[in-house]
Amino acid sequence: MIILNGERSEVPGGSTVASVLAELGLRPDERGVAVAVDGEVIPRARWESFALGADARVEVLTAMQGG
Amino acid sequence: MEPQLEAEQLDEHLEPSGADDDRLFIAGRGLRSRLLLGTGGFPSLELLAESIRRSGSELVTVALRRLGAGGARQSGSLVEVLADAGVTLLPNTAGCHTARDAVLTARMAREAFATDWVKLEVIGDEDTLMPDAPELLRAAEELLADGFVVLPYTTDDPVLARRLADLGCAAVMPLGSPIGSGMGIRNPYNISLIRESVQVPVVLDAGIGTASDAALAMELGCDAVMAASAIARAEDPVCMAGAMRDAVTAGRLAYRAGRIPRRNYATPSTSHTGLAEF
Repeated sequence: MIILNGERSEVPGGSTVASVLAELGLRPDERGVAVAVDGEVIPRARWESFALGADARVEVLTAMQGG
Repeated sequence: MEPQLEAEQLDEHLEPSGADDDRLFIAGRGLRSRLLLGTGGFPSLELLAESIRRSGSELVTVALRRLGAGGARQSGSLVEVLADAGVTLLPNTAGCHTARDAVLTARMAREAFATDWVKLEVIGDEDTLMPDAPELLRAAEELLADGFVVLPYTTDDPVLARRLADLGCAAVMPLGSPIGSGMGIRNPYNISLIRESVQVPVVLDAGIGTASDAALAMELGCDAVMAASAIARAEDPVCMAGAMRDAVTAGRLAYRAGRIPRRNYATPSTSHTGLAEF
């Protein structure tokens, strides 16, 4: 079971990072977005190829107003 | 009588981008504005954009949060607003309590915003939001080794500031008082000591409540001031952004001008020579 931003997700194992982002309604060239899988930052260049493990913990972060 | 400056000359003096080049350099990057702006707390993106414009700030902070959490859906528009404003983004690690989380957040920010600059915050206490010194040093060391330009939010402790500068941080950002407290600079003496003890720029962070606090920071010799809540949560943020801009400029000019020493007793400003004796 993939955990996406702290919540159980229907995303099947083996999905790519890019497909998860598309599912979230993000464009592939979306500005201000970063992804970590199991505590490792996944560079933008690897979003298309990086396949998620069956129990991957995925964090999708984006810009928010902050001090 | 002192020579009077013509109004036009005076404007030129007050204009930071005038012929008088007084740019602030951080890690080799020149900034005309010595006011850094935090984007948190603004009631709307429109007011944020207008406040940035009025403040003249060229460097603004931005945070990273989970997509979809608490308004983060609008992030696209935030990034666009900041791009339209022509400002440079300074991602922060706000909310991080450990070196590990702060380092990971900085690496995420580098991916998200294509910058290796980071305002490093490692919080040690939820009530005061004071930095956790050992974790801060650990995070700074790791990020510097990874090629980041690190601007750490620190206490007003001159020793900690010097340790951060010695590690290679591009600036130090001591607090005047707790974040969002609006209590101004509680220990001006320490801020002066920090200015004397490090070679890198000192950016007064946190605690600014109103324009006079920003002016005082600059008069103490700080190289820049960072304001967030003081502008964002003012009744009229845009008006306060302008006040901060002018205060930072005034404080900087006063610092460069060299203030008169404080004395316990009066010194006449008019000479006694030629005084009539009746």
